Amino acid sequence: MAVMTLIESVRETLREEMRRDASVVVLGEDVGKKGGVFLATDGLYDEFGGDRVLDTPLSESMIVGVSIGAAIAGLRPVPEIQFADFIFPAFNQILSEAARMRFRSNGAFSCPMTLRAPYGGGVHGALYHSQSVEAFFAHIPGLKVVIPSTPYDARGLLRTSIRDDDPVLFFEHKKMYRSVRGDVPDTDYTIPIGKANITREGSDVSIIAYGMMAQYALEAADLLASEGVSAEVVDLRTLRPLDGETLLASVRKTGKAVIVYEDNRFGGYGAEIAAILAEEAFDHLDGPIVRVTGPDVPGVPYNHVLEDWFMPNPERIADAVRRLASY
Amino acid sequence: MATTKTESKSDTALGASLGLSRDELIEMYRLMAIARAVDERMWILNRAGKIPFVISGQGHEGAQVALAFGLRQGHDWMVPYYRSVASLMTFGMSPREIMLAQFARGVDPSSGGRQMPGHYGIKERHILSVSSPVATQILHATGIAWAAKLRKEDIVTITYLGEGSSNQGDFHEALNFAGVHQLPVIYVVENNGYAISVPMSLQSAVQDIAIRGAGYNMPGVIVDGSDVLGCYAAGRAAIDRARNGQGPTLIEAKVSRLTAHSSDDQQSKYRSADELEEMKTRDPLPLFRDQLREAGILDEATEASILAESRKVVEDSTEWAESQSDPDPATAQQHVYGDAPPARMDDPLWHGARFIGDGGPWGVLKGDD
Repeated sequence: MAVMTLIESVRETLREEMRRDASVVVLGEDVGKKGGVFLATDGLYDEFGGDRVLDTPLSESMIVGVSIGAAIAGLRPVPEIQFADFIFPAFNQILSEAARMRFRSNGAFSCPMTLRAPYGGGVHGALYHSQSVEAFFAHIPGLKVVIPSTPYDARGLLRTSIRDDDPVLFFEHKKMYRSVRGDVPDTDYTIPIGKANITREGSDVSIIAYGMMAQYALEAADLLASEGVSAEVVDLRTLRPLDGETLLASVRKTGKAVIVYEDNRFGGYGAEIAAILAEEAFDHLDGPIVRVTGPDVPGVPYNHVLEDWFMPNPERIADAVRRLASY
Repeated sequence: MATTKTESKSDTALGASLGLSRDELIEMYRLMAIARAVDERMWILNRAGKIPFVISGQGHEGAQVALAFGLRQGHDWMVPYYRSVASLMTFGMSPREIMLAQFARGVDPSSGGRQMPGHYGIKERHILSVSSPVATQILHATGIAWAAKLRKEDIVTITYLGEGSSNQGDFHEALNFAGVHQLPVIYVVENNGYAISVPMSLQSAVQDIAIRGAGYNMPGVIVDGSDVLGCYAAGRAAIDRARNGQGPTLIEAKVSRLTAHSSDDQQSKYRSADELEEMKTRDPLPLFRDQLREAGILDEATEASILAESRKVVEDSTEWAESQSDPDPATAQQHVYGDAPPARMDDPLWHGARFIGDGGPWGVLKGDD
């Protein structure tokens, strides 16, 4: 058992998958000799060479479109978009091509590709290096969307994603890359896509979150425990397909739900969670469904005071849970 | 169909310099004639109200057959676009398979009736599924070629687009990547002068798309789409280059779009009667027929037999495809994912037993069998 940061977990998993399967290739901007701007691919170029760890031109649609073709031809590409903020030139390739290839060909073609992208704020990245983009992609049938919150989950989920026969968007919170450490077994364990995780059991309120907000939810639950409020934390881990069973079982038990996401509030991924709870758990709810989110401004501002204003944090989550618990 | 041997001895003066035999020349004409006949039938079916939409390639057949004639079926890859009827038939797609897409029947191998006609694709034949956004496929072809190069396979990938699509970013991003890595891929721009109604003069700052190849370190070759043998020579050279590791080629075929853009378009609104009339003089089908007649390759008996065959093929493929069943709506949720997402099939609430009209967003999804 090793203790790893999130970035180490991602890097070692990529290395192992490339050793295990010669069809796994990594491509993106600066992923080669530099090892990626966050060093997620550091050392892979030396071990596997420039063919399998390919520095691409600065053109995101090309990175994804070429990956789709390579996947059709039998490779398992793991393209990297340097920041999730820059994924949009490739949006058409992801939406119109990768996500629809299987459906539109009546099951003949598939697109086994794991598109990794660092996302999220709190890193002084301002409008264009801080975004949470998952809602755009979770909306699309045919895509799988995965967001790990621990080094352990990152390893198990990245393995599963690379071995999956469908296109997977794998978002990694860049603030967690080096701030979160955890035990990572040396075994070849996997975590299924589409399974949420109850990371803390509780009885009063369910906090539903993913990515870094799932970490903050645990911190909020700690704060609340000393006050006698028992919060359960549901870490979704996979946004699509969603594990509705675990989600609903938790909320039916506690009767109260706080949904946390870092993205803009309006139409964010948590809005779908709220709709599902309203449709499916109405009889069990003992209070309104509550969201803690980023505000509806067009981006995370740069100055640290403004950035702090934008970002949800454990205190804000605890505030919302506290108020809902006493409803 | 196509020979893959460049060294084949020709038994005619016309094909000698190209290494094409009499039978191969006749086969090229046969493919063009049948593709035209199938294409014409699509429009009749549309006007008769039997199929709601047609998009096709009349006028493009000479370039399409000739450029694909040297490929290896089932080994090389074809990444087509929506006008590629004759290219696909040259690569082994049958008229029945083409017609199934027109009728959108359940056994349509391209999409099982899910896509509009013209969106072909058959995995076993190495024909990639077509979508409607233009130029996206150029990157896919490039990715297939990249994979072939990594694996040291002698696979050639050919892809097609209209000149309108050559203004999309994906075209330029693809050619750049292929140029950097000198990939075994052929980009064929079928330039018919119009992006639906927008003429070349408003589409492009340059008259010849082929010169864009220079920006990506690859040869740009212009061919006259009504000169079938000229197209074959260009295709043969590009295939050999790709097969021998000499990198990509951009080919621009100047062709005539003999029909409107699609069955929902009326080209007389933006093209003059004179232009439409003049265009017919560049129809590759009669030009190639005359060329073969004059060379003594196409005799009356052969011509009559090809005509009879094309009529028979059109009747057979139409009747057979029309007689197939529509897809079963119960299958419409299949093939969203390859495996079944965690379903909630055991939960009566999730089935909409109480409040939900449609069974929930994912609970009823099924994966592949």
